This record gives sequence, structure tokens and C-alpha cells, in this order.
Amino acid sequence: MRTDDLIEALAADNPPQRASVGRGLMLAAFGGGIIAAAGMQVAMGVRPDIAAALETWRFDVKLAIVWLAVAMSLLVVWRLASPLSRLASAKPILLVPAAMVLAVAVELSSVPASAWGTRLVGSNALICLTAIPVLALAPLAATLYALRAGAPASPGTAGAFAGLFASMMAAAFYGLHCADDSPLFVATWYLLASLIVATLGAVLGRRFLKW
Amino acid sequence: MSEPASDLSEIMRAANGGDAQAYRHALTRIAGWLRPIVRRGLAGAGRSIDDAEDIVQETLLSIHLKRQTWDAEKPIEPWLRAIARHKLIDHLRRKGVHDHLDIDVFSETLSAEAEQPTLAAFERDDLMACLAPRQKEIVSGVSIEGLSAREMGERLGMSEGAVRVALHRALKLLAEAYRRSEA
Repeated sequence: MRTDDLIEALAADNPPQRASVGRGLMLAAFGGGIIAAAGMQVAMGVRPDIAAALETWRFDVKLAIVWLAVAMSLLVVWRLASPLSRLASAKPILLVPAAMVLAVAVELSSVPASAWGTRLVGSNALICLTAIPVLALAPLAATLYALRAGAPASPGTAGAFAGLFASMMAAAFYGLHCADDSPLFVATWYLLASLIVATLGAVLGRRFLKW
Repeated sequence: MSEPASDLSEIMRAANGGDAQAYRHALTRIAGWLRPIVRRGLAGAGRSIDDAEDIVQETLLSIHLKRQTWDAEKPIEPWLRAIARHKLIDHLRRKGVHDHLDIDVFSETLSAEAEQPTLAAFERDDLMACLAPRQKEIVSGVSIEGLSAREMGERLGMSEGAVRVALHRALKLLAEAYRRSEA
């Protein structure tokens, strides 16, 4: 095909309205979040002492950090969808480890060293490592699908952050079931779970987000 | 990289509003700007410029299919450059294994760089093999004969909307075919 002919074909395919990547991502976040929430409720259910838990700073901080991670990772995913994105586009995510470090510091200073180990191991570690990745599958699929409308400079990186976002979305709802609220537990096991999903996202991103 | 015309962002904004004439104009200028960049890129990597027009076309397809990732508030040039760079690197990587040997052979071709577009190595039939017969008909009708979607619909007994949808899908398939090509 001559280039001029191709241009004719492209010009003929020019509807005035096109879906933006941002809107697609919002839809994916919303839809994926609903599925993760429903999955959590059906398979595990909100913890029975939720009302009492809300009164404790550890539970509130856990949810606050996870929702901060949801927001920041979604912002980063959106930024990484551009061909102009660089690794520096991911900077907003640094707020999350900063908040986590702070919470861990408070926990370490308020709990005797002898109890640190128990807090870290918690009672639900394996369930956490399974439930978060499983609940993350729907948000991950939806986010990757929405990203296909984008043109990420690095498909692997975009996929990894899509995984991070999906895992945090899952954690936001899993956290309502999980009885372990210590920042030590969250910083360890939620992070590990999110790394599993981020790795999956990177692999899938390389494969499906190429353009 | 040289700058495309400074008002290109303006033209593209008009094009985004659905102005096909402005869009055609913008793409033509982008193609003209792209061609020497791609040739220099290939030459710099010690590759044959025979593939230059393929890369130009593949890049135009990406620009078209990904134009919603351009933030219309910002100038378009950096965005165009990023797309061109991505496609050029992608192409070089894809071909990396086969033809790293003949740098000397190409130096002559390079000095005799022509202003005219070289023929795309993919002739119509090669590349269009990925399309269904109906899609093929629509693409060539619209591109080579310059028919509108409505005229095309009348010819094929389809609605104008269905022609547009089929055309869009065909262009996506073409972009994919380019991406997969190893030739």
C-alpha cells in the first residue's frame, strides 16, 4: 500500500469522539472494584467485629494506607499509559511506602519488642497471600483491558503498576475481612501479595500492552 | 530530530474534532517529517533503508490508533517523537537477529538517499492478507479509490456505520500485522 493511500484510509476513519484512556481506567477501577468487593463478601465476609475495629487506629490506618495506594497506583497507571511516560511518572506511588514507614514506626514504638514477631506473623498470613491475588484478578483484567487503548512507553512497567493497583483494590476489600491490623502485618504480607500481582501484571503487560 | 510544522498541533486539534480534511493534511505532513527521521534512524543503526516506508506506515497507524493518548492541551511534537522512537526501536529489535552484518553495503545506499518514498516492502497483498475479503474491499475502496464510507456502504449493501466499524477494525488488524511481521 502506498503511504498516501494509507493516509486516505486513516482520514476516513476519524470519528470526532473517542474514548479517553482515563475514562476507561475509571470504568475498569469501578467495575473491577465491585467484583472484588462482591467476591470478598461471598467467599469470606466482612469481619464480625467491624464496628469495634473502626474505633481502633490500626484498622483505620490500614484502610487509609490501602486506599491511598489504590488512588496513587491508579494515577500512576494512567500516567504510564502515555508514550511520553518515564519511570519518573511513577513517583506519586512513593507516598505509600512513606505512609507505611510512618505507621510501622508508630507501631514499633507503641508495642514492646517481644510482641513484634507475633504482630508480624499475625493469624491470617497465608489467607492474605491467597485472597488478595485471587480478588485482584478481575480488577487486573479490567485495568489491562482499559490500558490497551493507551500507548505505554514501557508495557511491562505499565502492566506491573496495573497489577499493583489491582492488588490494592483487592486489599481494600480483603482488609474488611482480615483481622490482622498491625502495620507490621500489613507492611509485610499485603506488600508480598501485591508483588505477586504486580509480577503477573508485568508479564501480561509485556504480552498484551505492546503497540 | 527536525520539527514538524509549528501549527501541527492546531491542525491535529481540528482533526480531533472530526475534520477529515485537516486530518489528512496533518498526516501527510507528519509522514513527510517522519520519513527522513526514520531513514536516519535506520542508517544510524547500520540497517538498510529499504524498510523505511514500512516503518513510516506502521508509525502512522500507531499515531492514528493511539491519538487519544495525546493531551490536546500540549504541543504535539514531543508526543509524535515518542511514538516514532517507540516504533523505530521496536522495528530494530524485531529485526535485530537477522541483519546486523551488512553495514558497509548500506553506506552507499544511504548517501544516495532519495527524497521520494521508497516502496513499502510489504506490497498491498502481503500485508492485507490478514484482512477478511470484505475488510480488504473496504480498505482499498476508501484508500485507493477515495470513496466515502457512505459510497462504500452503498456498493456493499452495508450501512455507513457498519462500514466505519469494519474499517476501524481493519486498521487495527493492519497495525497488528505490522507488529508481528518478521520479514
